[in-house]
Amino acid sequence: MTDTQTISVTVNGETASAAVPVRQNLVDFLRNTLGLTGSHVGCEHGVCGACTLEVDGAMVRGCLMLAVQADGAKVTTIEGYGDRAAALRAAFIDRNALQCGYCTPGMLASALEYVEGGGGADRAAIREHLSGNYCRCTGYQSIVDAVCDVIEGESS
Amino acid sequence: MKAAEFLYERPASVAEALALLADEDRDATPLAGGQSLMPMMNFRLAQPGTLVDLSALEDLRGITLSDGMVRIGAMTRYVELVRSGVVADHAPLLAMALPHIAHAAVRNRGTIGGSVALADPAAEMPALLLALDAQITVQSAEGTTTHGATDFFLGMYETALEEGELVSEIAIPVAAPTDRFAFYELARRHGDYAMAGVAVARRDNAHRVAFFSISDRALRAFDAEEVLDKGGSVIDAVAALAELPYSGDLNAAIPTKKHLSGVVLTRALEAL
Repeated sequence: MTDTQTISVTVNGETASAAVPVRQNLVDFLRNTLGLTGSHVGCEHGVCGACTLEVDGAMVRGCLMLAVQADGAKVTTIEGYGDRAAALRAAFIDRNALQCGYCTPGMLASALEYVEGGGGADRAAIREHLSGNYCRCTGYQSIVDAVCDVIEGESS
Repeated sequence: MKAAEFLYERPASVAEALALLADEDRDATPLAGGQSLMPMMNFRLAQPGTLVDLSALEDLRGITLSDGMVRIGAMTRYVELVRSGVVADHAPLLAMALPHIAHAAVRNRGTIGGSVALADPAAEMPALLLALDAQITVQSAEGTTTHGATDFFLGMYETALEEGELVSEIAIPVAAPTDRFAFYELARRHGDYAMAGVAVARRDNAHRVAFFSISDRALRAFDAEEVLDKGGSVIDAVAALAELPYSGDLNAAIPTKKHLSGVVLTRALEAL
């Protein structure tokens, strides 16, 4: 019974061990302790999606999971997607889907799950899947365009 | 905002979890998927002394069919319900509603038991369970009790759960081929909490109509059910919603909630 616990997490392929306050959320641990500042912090109550990242293969809200809950898990952030997200990265750039870039790490995490899950180039379905991510620049059209480009590119 | 200080435990067994929850000195709160409790803690609306993380309790997970019921372990995540063939085949109302329950990232962590235990008046699951005449099993150190959904949701974030008890299983009667179900909600953004929503089930010409996000809890519209059971029109069913105990929220005042209730019921009945 303690308010600090030592965790061991594999983040972007590298194992990290650290003593974390149990009240610390996962995204703060990644940013403040590991220096992985790619995942952004927005609303801190699960609404905006800026902190969306991957834990054990599923995208989650980094602000709604405690760092201590990630003990033993595999975490992937925007810094660690590598080739998996190469097509999406290129399409986001081609379509000017980044704009200010604040939502981009979360958008990319959500889009990647959609694309890797076999989602089709169906704009309504893409919008529904990305509906949990706010873009402060309201750049949704170009983000959906980018996701469609990747799916159509891969299917042709 | 950040959560206040608390102590954290991740018990390895249900018995251990129940012992922690029964320890009055701890002021313990169970943590299921955390998709509602964590925001409440970040806002300091909830400040548990000890957080009892249930995520290691595999006994509380899984979806099975037995005795004419779809049995869902409380720690089963929404994403597992979305992917379940058993749910798709035997609990079609759930399958219909699941895409409207939050967003994919939240469904990856959120659990059915967490939603049931929290009893958020704006959440879909309590209303779905009311419409489906579900049974909710709770465990404590003393044993197991089963509640009908209609007797379980008592008020705003208030249920029949007592101190030291955990929701362990939700059981839903298997749908017959002749049963009809409908679900409709009005939300400002897909996946957000609805401004008003309704779940409808018709079995052997008996209707169950359950609303969410219009009152301090999910509730059945008994008067509207009676109208529909007698073969009344959609207009009469909507008129029978007048006496529901509406309450307003940040999105809509009571007159708007009343209006939207009629809208969602009309659209659900048209789809039935």
